[in-house]
This record gives sequence, C-alpha cells and structure tokens, in this order.
Amino acid sequence: MGLNQLWLVPALPLLGAILNGIAAGKLPRKVVSVIGVGSVGLSLLIALACFRELLALPEDARRVTQGLFTWVQSGDFQADVRYALDPLGAVMMLVVTGVGFLIHVYSTGYMGHEKAYGRYFSFLNLFTFSMLTLVLADNFLLMFLGWEAVGLCSYLLIGFGYQRPAAAEAGKKAFVVNRIGDWGFLLGIFLIFVTFGTLDFSAVFAQAPQKLAVGSALAAAIALLLFLGAVGKSAQIPLYVWLPDAMEGPTPVSALIHAATMVTAGVYMVARCHVLYLLSPVALLTVAIVGAATALFAATIGLVQNDIKRVLAYSTVSQLGYMFLACGVGAFASGIFHLMTHAFFKALLFLGAGSVIHALSGEQDLWKMGGLKPHLPRTHATVLVATLAIAGIFPFAGFFSKDEILWNAWLHGGPVLWGAGVVGAFLTAFYMFRLYFLTFGGRSRVTEEAKHHLHESPNSMTVPLIILAVLSLVGGLVQVPLLSGGQRLDAFLEPVFADAALVAGTGVAHGAASVAGSAAAHGAASGAAHAPGVEITLMVISLIVALSGIFVAHRFYVADPDLPCRLAERAKGFYRLLFNKYWIDEVYDSRIVQPIYRGSVRLWERFDAAVIDGAVNGVGKQIERGAALLRQAQTGYVQVYALILTLGAVVVLGYLALR
Amino acid sequence: MTGHGVPLELYQLVAALLFTIGLVGVLVRRSALVIFMSIELMLNAVNLSFVAFSRLHGQMDGQIFVFFVMSVAAAEVAVGLAILVAIFRNRETASVDDVHLLKG
Amino acid sequence: MSPAFTVLGVPILTFLTFFPTVGALLLLLLPSARPGAIRAAAFLVSLITFAASIPLFTQFDSTSRGMQFTEQAPWVPGLGISYHLGVDGISMLLIMLTTLLTAVSILASFSAITSRVKAYMVTFLLLETGMIGVFAALDLVLFYVFWEVMLIPMYLLIGVWGGPRRVYAAVKFILYTVAGSLLMLVAILYLYFAHHGATGMYTFDLLELYDTPLMRGAQLWLFGAFAIAFAIKVPMFPFHTWLPDAHAEAPTAGSVILAGVLLKMGVYGFVRFAMPLFPEAAFAYTPWIIGLSLIGIVYGALVAMVQQDVKKLVAYSSVSHLGFVMLGLFVWNTQGIQGGILQSINHGLSTGALFLAVGILYERRHTREIGEFGGLSETLPWFAALFLIVCLSSIGLPGLNGFIGEFLVLLGAFRASPVVSAVAATGVILAAVYLLWMFQRVMFGPVTNEKNRGLKDLTRREFWTLAPVIFFIIWIGVYPNTFLRKLDTSVAELMDRVHARTLSLGAPPVPGASLAPGAGLVRGTSLAPTAPQPDPPAGAGGAD
Repeated sequence: MGLNQLWLVPALPLLGAILNGIAAGKLPRKVVSVIGVGSVGLSLLIALACFRELLALPEDARRVTQGLFTWVQSGDFQADVRYALDPLGAVMMLVVTGVGFLIHVYSTGYMGHEKAYGRYFSFLNLFTFSMLTLVLADNFLLMFLGWEAVGLCSYLLIGFGYQRPAAAEAGKKAFVVNRIGDWGFLLGIFLIFVTFGTLDFSAVFAQAPQKLAVGSALAAAIALLLFLGAVGKSAQIPLYVWLPDAMEGPTPVSALIHAATMVTAGVYMVARCHVLYLLSPVALLTVAIVGAATALFAATIGLVQNDIKRVLAYSTVSQLGYMFLACGVGAFASGIFHLMTHAFFKALLFLGAGSVIHALSGEQDLWKMGGLKPHLPRTHATVLVATLAIAGIFPFAGFFSKDEILWNAWLHGGPVLWGAGVVGAFLTAFYMFRLYFLTFGGRSRVTEEAKHHLHESPNSMTVPLIILAVLSLVGGLVQVPLLSGGQRLDAFLEPVFADAALVAGTGVAHGAASVAGSAAAHGAASGAAHAPGVEITLMVISLIVALSGIFVAHRFYVADPDLPCRLAERAKGFYRLLFNKYWIDEVYDSRIVQPIYRGSVRLWERFDAAVIDGAVNGVGKQIERGAALLRQAQTGYVQVYALILTLGAVVVLGYLALR
Repeated sequence: MTGHGVPLELYQLVAALLFTIGLVGVLVRRSALVIFMSIELMLNAVNLSFVAFSRLHGQMDGQIFVFFVMSVAAAEVAVGLAILVAIFRNRETASVDDVHLLKG
Repeated sequence: MSPAFTVLGVPILTFLTFFPTVGALLLLLLPSARPGAIRAAAFLVSLITFAASIPLFTQFDSTSRGMQFTEQAPWVPGLGISYHLGVDGISMLLIMLTTLLTAVSILASFSAITSRVKAYMVTFLLLETGMIGVFAALDLVLFYVFWEVMLIPMYLLIGVWGGPRRVYAAVKFILYTVAGSLLMLVAILYLYFAHHGATGMYTFDLLELYDTPLMRGAQLWLFGAFAIAFAIKVPMFPFHTWLPDAHAEAPTAGSVILAGVLLKMGVYGFVRFAMPLFPEAAFAYTPWIIGLSLIGIVYGALVAMVQQDVKKLVAYSSVSHLGFVMLGLFVWNTQGIQGGILQSINHGLSTGALFLAVGILYERRHTREIGEFGGLSETLPWFAALFLIVCLSSIGLPGLNGFIGEFLVLLGAFRASPVVSAVAATGVILAAVYLLWMFQRVMFGPVTNEKNRGLKDLTRREFWTLAPVIFFIIWIGVYPNTFLRKLDTSVAELMDRVHARTLSLGAPPVPGASLAPGAGLVRGTSLAPTAPQPDPPAGAGGAD
C-alpha cells in the first residue's frame, strides 16, 4: 500500500457511501458503523502510507499523479480523472482523513439514537470522498467536481433533519449561495482554459508566468473569478450568510464540514493557485482585504450570539478570514498552517459543543448552560484546550499559526491589516472565553428537566475529543518560529510554493510582487533571518491582547455577571446591530431575493400570460371575429350556393370569351 | 371527322340545351328528387359532348370518361337517394328549403 | 458506408421505424376487454424496438464520416422523392433516446391510463414510428411526412387522455406547430425548385440539397422559415407558451415524450436542416438566436421559480435548458455544438425523469400543486432519493449528466464571447434555486397535509421506470466520452459543411464577442482558425 493506491484514498469512502446508501437502513447499526467508520479509517491508513512514501522521495520529486480515465473530451478540450499528491495536497489529505475519521467515530456515539443512521453515514462518507477529490484533483474540472459535490453533501447534511423547515431552508440557502460563488469559479475555469488551452494544474501553473504579465487585467480577472468561488465556499463577505444558518445540521457535520474541511476549500484553492494570485497584485490585495474585513466583522457578531453553535459558526467565518489574510499577503504556507491547526481546535470545539448539547438533551442556548465543569470533566478539559488554542495562548497550536499570520501581515501587508488582525484576535479571545465561561463556569442555569439527564458523553465521543485536544496542543510544533529548522511545515510545503519565488524572480519591481518574493524567502527556512526583535515584540503584543481578551471575558461573565446587561443597556443601538447581525440577512432578502421573486411573478403574469399568450389567443379571437362576418354568406339554401356558383362560372367564362 | 354527316355543332347545341334545362331545374325546383333528375340531365349533357368529341378526334378517351361519369353518377344517386330517404323519414319532407340547417 | 445491418431480414432503420406500427396493428387484434394483455403487449413491442436499436449504437462506426445504415428506394420518382433513411452520430443518439423513453413511458402508463387503453397504446406506438422516422429520414418530403405524422398522436394523447383543460392545450399545441411547419413546407418547395434551377435536377434528397447554391437573400428567407418551425418546437423564447399548457395537461407519458423527444426535434431540425442548408443565413441570424437563447435561459428560469404547478415549473425549466442547447449550437465551435447536442440528450433524460417523478406523485394525490405536498421524504424515502438524483441532474451537478452538457456549452460560449457565457451561467444558479426550492416544498418539512401521510413508496414497476433513466444520467455524468465520441465526426462534418460555404465570412457575429472585456485579453478565441479544423480523432484523447 502506498502511492500506487492513492486512488483508494477517495474511492474507499465512496464505496462506503454506496454500500450504506443502497442498503437504505436495512443493515444493523453495527454493520453500518463498521462500513462507515471503517472505510474512512482504511482511507486514513492508506493516506498515511502515501504520506510516508512521499516523504521518502527527494524534495523536488514530491509530486505524484495517478490518472484513472479521461473524463470529458470534446475537440481540443480534455479533462481527466486524475489524482495528484504533493505536499500541499498531502497536508489537506491528512487533515481530511484524520479529522474526518475522528468525527466519524464521534458520530457513532452522537448519532446513535438517530433513525436514519445509515443515511447519515452514507452522506458523511460521500462527503469524505468529495472532499478528498477536491484536494487531490490534478485539474480544475475534477476539483470543481469535488467542489460542487461537497456543496451537495453540505446541502444533504444540513438538511439531514429535513422535517424541520429551518433545516431544509438552511440547506437550500447554503447550496444556492455557494452556487453564486461557483458562477465565478466556473467562469474562471473557462478563462483559464481559453488562456492556457488546458486545465491541468501543472501545465497551467508552469505556463502562467510566461503567458500572464504581472498586474495584467487577464491575470486579475482569472484570480478574482476564482476568488469569488472561494468567497462562496469559505463563507467570506459578502457570501458568508449561509454558514451560520448551516448550524441547523447535526453537530458532527458542523465540525467536519462547516469548520474543519469544506469551508477551508476556498483557502486551499487560493493556495493551490497561488501562482495566479501572485501575478495579480490587485487580486492579492482583494484577498487580503476581504479576509481581514471578514475576520473582524464576523468576530463582532460572534460577541453577542447566544446559540453555542452560532458563536462557533461566526468564529469559523472569522478564522477563515485570517487564512485569507495570510494568503492575501502572500504567506500561503501560513494560511495552510492555520487551516490545519484550525481544523484541530475548531473541530474539537464543535465536537465539545456537541457533547454539551448531547448532555443537555439538545439545549443550545448559552444562557441555559453554566456550571457544567464538574458534570462533564472530559468535555470541559478538552474544550478548554481548544479555547486556549483559538485564543492564541502559548504554546497551543493556535498561537503559532495565528501569530505567523499576524507577523506576515505586518511584514507584507502593513500596519492596517496587522491592526485588523490584532483587534480580531482580541475579540476572538473574548467571545471564545465568553462561551467557555457561560458554558462551564459560573452557576448553573440548566433547566430542571435537562439537569435530570445530565451525563458525560460515551467514550466513542470523548476519545476523539482527547485526540483532537492533543493535536490542538502539539499541532503548532510543526512550525516553531525563530528556531532555525523549526519551520518544518514550511520546509515541507516549500516545493509547492517555491514557484512563488519564480514568479517574483521574473524581475518586477511591483509592490505585491516583492511581497511574493519575501513570502517565498520566508518559506525557505530562513525565518530567523529577518529581524527577530520585531517578531518577538509582535508576538508579545498578540499574547497580551489575547490575555486581555480572556481577562475582560472573565470580568464580564464570572466576576461581575451583571456587567454585560448594563453595557447592553448603555449601548443599546450598537448591541442590537450586532445581535441582529447587522441585518445583513434582512437586507439581502428585501433588496435582492424579494425583488427578483416579485419581478419574476410580474414577468410571468404580465408578460408570459398577458403579452405572448395574449397575442396568441388574440390571433385566435380575430380569426373567430372574421369568420363571424364571412358566415353571413352561408344561408343554408343549397340552391343559393348553386346560383352563386353558376353566376361565377358565367362571369369567368364571359371574361375568357370577351377578352 | 363526323363521318355520318351530323355536324358537331348540332351535338353541341343539344348538349348545351340539355345542360341549361338541367341547370335551371337545379336552381328553381324545390323538390330534392327533381333536383337530382336535373343533375342527371346536366351530367348526360356533358356525356353527349364527350362522345361527340371522341368521335371527332377518333380517340377513345372521351368515351372512357363517359363510363366514369356514369358510374360516379350511379353511385351519387344511390347515396343521394339514401340521404333523401333518411331526411324524409326524419322530417317528412323532400323540399330542400326545409333543410337549410347548415348555415352561419 | 457501413454494411447493411438487418433485423429479421429487414434493414435496421426500416425495422425500427415501422415495427411499432406493426405492433400497433397487432394490438388492434387484442380484445379491448383485457387491458392487462394490451399493456403487456405494447410494452413488449416497445422493448423489442429498444433492443433492436442497440446495434445501432454498437455497430456505429464513429470514425467514418457520412450517413450510416443508409437505405434508399425510389418513392415518387417522378417528383424526385425517395425513401431515404440514414443516421449519423447525432440522429443515432436521438433514436436511442426515443426508443428508451418510449419503453419507459409505456411502462409508466400502466396504472395511469385506465380508459381506452387499447387506443392509447396504439396511439403511442404510432407516435414512436413518427418520431424515429423524423430522425432517420434523409428526404425532405419523407421528413415532412413523419414530422406531421407524429403530431397527430401527440395531439390525441393530450386531447383525449389529458387533464381538465386538455382541449385548449391540444389545440394550442397543434396550431402552434402546424403554423410553423407550413412555413417550413413552403421553404422546402422553394429549395426544391431552386435546386432544379441550379442543377436541372428535381430532388428532395437532403444530401443533394446540401450543395444547392443560394443567394444570401433567399437564404435569409428560407432559414427564417425553417427556423420558426423549429424554434416553435424547441421551444425558443418567445414561441414557448404552448409548452407549459401542453405539459400541464398531457398525461405523464405524454409529457415525458414531449419533453424528452419532441422538443429535440426542433434542435435536430436546426442541426440537420437549417444550419447546413443555409449557412450564410445561419451566421447572419446568430446574434438573434443567441440573444433569444439567453433570454430563454434567464426568463425560463425566473418564471419557473414562481410556478405553483410542478409540471409547469418543469415546463419552464425546459425553456431554460433548451436555451442552453440552442446557445451551444450557435456559438459555432466544437465544444458548443457537441455540448448542445449532448445537453439535448441530457435534457431528454433528466426532464423525462422529472415528469415521471411528478407523475408518480400525481397518481397518489391527483394534484400537481406544490402547496398540496410537503414532508414526503418521510413517507416516500426511495422516491425521495431517486427524485433528488433527477433534480440534481437537472441542476447540473458534476458527476451527473447535466453538468457535462452545460459545461461544454458554456465553455464553447465563453470562447465565442465571455459576456454571453457569463449571462448564461446565471441560469445555472437559478436552476438550483427553483428546483431545490420545489424539492424542499414537496419533499421536506413536516407532513402538514393529512392526505400525504399514508402514501405508498415506489412500487417495483415505478422503480423500474426511473432506474434505467437514472442509469444513463450517471453514465453520461461519469463517462460522457462513450457518447461524445459518437458525435465527433458528425459535428466535424457539420462544421466543415458550414465553414466550406462561409469561408469568406469569417467568424459569425456572436454578440459581445468584440465588446467583451475578455475579447482583447483572450488569445486565440477568434473562431476562424480554431473552429473549422476537424478535431483530433477520438483515439488520441485519453492516452496518458
């Protein structure tokens, strides 16, 4: 087992999905679990074997492809079903299979009482297949297949409890909003094909520096169209609105799809296409600004939400913004690093939240929790680790990854982007500890009935929590700053992002291109080369900011529990603005959705029915009216007809005779 | 080639006379039965004409046409009379003025 | 020319065309009092026809140009009319689609049609003869005869076995279509005499008429006449209003055939007749047709979104989808035309299956109002799964058939004009909106209507009506090359024929091609150098 079996990594979950799908609930739960979890587990093992073989290869040969068959060929267009593994793909593959496997295990406990157990695992396996296809695809079209297929699975799993109208609605919203992004992605793919004559990654990225001038409109168009797809999938401004609603899905689904993997696909895509972005400073700047703005914007909403999962959802949107910020300043490896650590601690947070919800028989309101620490010891400990990690406290994983982003933002993006990131970091620390204190700290506000059933979750749920907690704790150590040789992830990813240097090396003295150059240099394991003093200062600042966020949260929700209410009273307008999420959903509905709907009704009634059908039926009416005139001549007396006939004949004959 | 001396014009004259009688009959009479007979007169006028021309040109085509006309006329009379009988049974009349139902 | 292939001693195309008629005659001998036997016999006939059409696919030589399985015999030699049949890749696939959908439709009618079963089945089989004849005929008179022959059974299907407003719908359907086809008849006659004028030979043979030299002015008129006939059939905006009525009133199987096959005849008419016969005019009309296609795509989707009647929703979605097909044909490059033809096959499968699914619902509840349903996933899980796959295929999800067609069409359109492609691609977004919204209202949510509570899931027969269609939906989505390769030479031949006669004209005037921001950026998009070259043969692709 190894690289020759690469195709099995996505194929096994697909097989599991088909088996569980066709069996349609006829199999006993045990068998369903074995198929569902086993297929992903096997896939994880093969992924690890592939990873080991990849590591054994020399650095510049770490790109292996495996073609299965030609998918679509028409004229000079061709796209294959072909998988490729390179360091970037390997990181994603391990995250997907690893976190995915843990969440599958967790699901056996969390969804244990679910009626449609088989359906659930079938969808979850299908998602794993799709996500792996997305990250292992060797061309844009296959990537798009995975891209849309994860969207489908997201739709199916959000709407898993389809009996609730809100769930069904959220699923549809997610799909449609994603489609808006995919519109851009699709056009981007066309533009790439028209420009390069191929959709294969290696060919496109190799030709890009020659075919596209730095800063050209074409490069910007390609990069921005692709980015529109990323904005949709990764829930950035202005297409983020679907993600909070997606929390209608089961919690493990939120953890896997809407936190750890699918929503990061946009970041992966931007990183994968980094060559194209580096050729367009405008696009890079857009990515950075959108990322920073989203990071800040979503964090402010997260401050005041009361649903535990929604807080986490806005936190996810915000963290994804950080990843885009990293990509936007050319630090793609940092973006991927944060993607990885985020996958660990955010999955853990969701699963922990799921454990809490499970324990409270479905309660999601933070104000009906509190004081759970003694009741849920394992959950509490692991969630605390994750909260510290996301808040960016040394030495948890989030500290390293977030700090690296902030450092790069300072270095290549300037103080404004850095400042936005730091403020976001403060807010993150605050709302995450608000969530933590409201859930586990203080006195209990749990309803009597829920208290009755209060219990720690079974091992199938807590063991994945513990594993993820360990990963959240040590995950950052693959990339230790300032230490020479400490940036192992950077070094591993270096062959992928090396061509960034190539692009920059084309000798353009453009601002963002130099960003690219230094980013590449940053990747080249020379972290200590640039001003360690500044880096340490910044590190300390962000640590202080995070700690003060925690301190404020403690003051608000533990030391003086009435303070938040008083504050909300004082800044009532602002509070309501945040609480209602800036009324963005309402604005979209009244400014976009409703006008389109009403306009369509008008088109149908006033144009289709009135104008076109009116014309058609009008012709019929006119003919009827004309016929009414003509039929006056029909008297019914045959002899009158005969007389007219005769006269007619006489006239004709007379004309012929006298002519 | 009117071999036996009767000139073509005479045949034509008789045919035209017959046709006119028939035509007037169709137009002025009210009894369906008489109208039928008048139609027969018109058809036979045409037949006479056909035969005369056939003789003139020495070709058989005209005479063959006459057979067609006669057989069609026979069929027509059969169908027509059947309709007439049906109408008479229903309405107890054979006058065409009483059956002007097909009007606008 | 391929060697003559026979079934039971009869040349295959003649067999396929007339076996349903023979079957219909035999059906007449069965006693009306035994509907079960009549149904089984009719299904058997359609199944044999489908089985007999399989060699058409397997024996088809996708490397050779020209018509295959040809048969020619004089019919009315004095007027130059001959019984000339033959297929290329395009018509071969459409005949396969016809035989498949006919069999499926007859199976789907078992429980839906309870009155005048014998007449229904006879009508249906005669319809099949007409449809296959249309796709196989290579003589314009023969084509016209089949074209009209097929109208009558469809008229009866809607008018006799339809819903409450069936007479209005049937009359609207036939008047629309006949109005168009009469224009076409006039154009055929003009072409016939023009050919005589140029060559001194009277013939209605299509392959001969292809080379008739025509003045530009005459071409414009003739193309216009053909185009209106076919545009009504497609239907293109604004000739589409017969479709929602016809679909809404027709019985399930009628809707399946109407959407699945009859609409394809308009598309086929453009590909086989209007475009190659009058290439200059086709170029001249290109901006108009593309404009109408774009309007159709967006307009059909928007109006579909607000329908309350499931069948009308699907009917308007057809207007949108057929807009993609027409767009593909008129961007004049390989991807566009192949995608357009594939998309018309896809539409036949997806929309056919959608109507089957709606019919299954209708048989249970006798209503098509979306508001009457809700929460059906609970009671009909198997149905929900299959219905979802069909909807997703129509939405154009990668991995299912609709995506391949739409992708190629949009890619082709993008090469011609990025703006056109960008507008058309909004149809893809809207498709997700109206279909998923419909699916949500019908299948999801709690069961609010008591009548929906005790419904039975799919019967075995119903499952087997949907299963073969879904089988092809997945096949085309995963491995479309099986079908695309059959189109290679036929499409190349069409493009060669057109370009040979329009060399002086250069690229067709696709709107926005020069205005588009991409036009300056995009290298190698000018059609003239890329389009007319025959594409590399199938074997070349796919080699690693």
